[in-house]
Amino acid sequence: MQRRDRQLGLLYAAPLTLFLVLSFLAPILLVAGFSTMPAKVFDLAHMPDFSAYGEFLRQGYWKSVAWSLGMALVATLILFVICWPLAYGMAKVFKRFTLVLTIGVVMTLFVSENIRLFGWVLTLMKGGLIEGYMRHWFGTGFDGLLYNVPSIVFGLVYVYLPFMLFPLAQGIAMVPDDARQAAYDLGATRWQILREIELPLAAPGILVGSLLCFVLSAGAIAESKLLGGQAVIVIADEVETAFTYGQNWPLGAALAMVLIAIVGGLAIWGIGRADLDRMIGRKG
Amino acid sequence: MKPSAFTRAALLVYGIAILAFLYLPLVSVGFASVSKGRYLSFPIRRYATGWYGEAMASDTVRDLLFVSLKVAGIVTVLSVVIGFFGALAFARYNWRFRKTYQKLILLPIFFPQTVLGLALLMWFNAIGVIPSWKTAIIAHMVWIAPIATLIISIRAYSFDPALEEAARDMGAGTWTTLREVTIPLLMPGIVSAGLFAFLLSWGNFPLSLFTTGADSTLPEWLYAKMVSGYSPLVPTVGILTVAASATLLAVGLTVPWVLKLVKRKTAA
Repeated sequence: MQRRDRQLGLLYAAPLTLFLVLSFLAPILLVAGFSTMPAKVFDLAHMPDFSAYGEFLRQGYWKSVAWSLGMALVATLILFVICWPLAYGMAKVFKRFTLVLTIGVVMTLFVSENIRLFGWVLTLMKGGLIEGYMRHWFGTGFDGLLYNVPSIVFGLVYVYLPFMLFPLAQGIAMVPDDARQAAYDLGATRWQILREIELPLAAPGILVGSLLCFVLSAGAIAESKLLGGQAVIVIADEVETAFTYGQNWPLGAALAMVLIAIVGGLAIWGIGRADLDRMIGRKG
Repeated sequence: MKPSAFTRAALLVYGIAILAFLYLPLVSVGFASVSKGRYLSFPIRRYATGWYGEAMASDTVRDLLFVSLKVAGIVTVLSVVIGFFGALAFARYNWRFRKTYQKLILLPIFFPQTVLGLALLMWFNAIGVIPSWKTAIIAHMVWIAPIATLIISIRAYSFDPALEEAARDMGAGTWTTLREVTIPLLMPGIVSAGLFAFLLSWGNFPLSLFTTGADSTLPEWLYAKMVSGYSPLVPTVGILTVAASATLLAVGLTVPWVLKLVKRKTAA
């Protein structure tokens, strides 16, 4: 039985593994190769040249990286605060409403994010849903709410809400009711229960949710383009420009590698910590 | 310490508020889709449904629809097949590199899609493949096959290995066991994975953007129109794509339920 398990496991894992090696790991290695290519050569056979990374520092591209990471961090923190009570309700309080919420939130994932962000443009712009009706009813309008940094963060919070909500709910479901009851009986306040019992025991869910939101926000592009106008240029936007308009592949590859290194490093660190059998299978 | 009635009510209101927040932009798009004017401004003065007729009659929209359906359909079939075996390796069998494998699968989900799309574009270029809707299938699958695997895994964890062993003890081969025991047991997971795969591919934008070449999917066309040269068809086509996914989801959710009812009736 043991040997059979081992053989079948390896056999069944092979198609997906092979597919990901060929169309996920290989392209990333290729980008790494391009990033050390001298400008305007378009050939991988050459001496490694790190001038594109020098340009990253000299031309101030690090500012885009800083903006992306900063906005991703703020969005993740806001999402954690917004989602915690709701995730708590889903895991411990609601009964049938949990299903309604789950379907309702998952549904939004199936609508292209650019349609939803476009909806926010229509809602928040001057002459949009909010401003238009305010002017109509009260006679005074205001300038649109768009095209600044807070509106980009708003867009990130909006788009990535499900990615925080579901892991958090999963994490909170892992907190045994007995532990909370025991703490309460021993005289712990609500705040103490939250800090000493719920947060540490729900940590795997918090870790996965925060990591997903941070990583996806850091590489996001549509929010800043549609809601942010040109308020700030995010790193994913710089990468795209370098490849398409700029035709500077080494630069684009170097910028992408910086983002991949930060995001990939965080993801590997976080995934390495999570016990997947326990989180997904709810065992133990 | 059961939550008080007040906490319960407050959380319920909060949940409804979050749902309203999630759907508000779609309400705006809905309003915009029935506005008569060529240039949109709220409050809408005259309503018209003419844009829907125009969208239905448009050749461009039909071509886009066809490409989107083709990509989503093939992505669904391939992802579910790969994901089915992937999930058995993920959850069911104990083998040597299982932990590493589990982590490898999660990586594409934790990866910015725009960058992934660009990296794939360079990769296709390097190996001499011209981007078209076919390469978009590969790109979507890098993200969707792992998700399908995870969804089927959830089901595979609750799977009793004794059932497979019993079938084998009674003389069933690997293939028969798979067909008669494993697949029926994992069916609910397979159906949800298929639904997710189709809808996520249908709505995906960042991966399609760089990998479809000269072809274009619905979300790509919408984005192009939003960024340059607004067309009154944008909200209309947007609402139509949303309605299509909502219908599919509704069918996907009710069909198993109806089947169960019918089964119970015929059994009784």
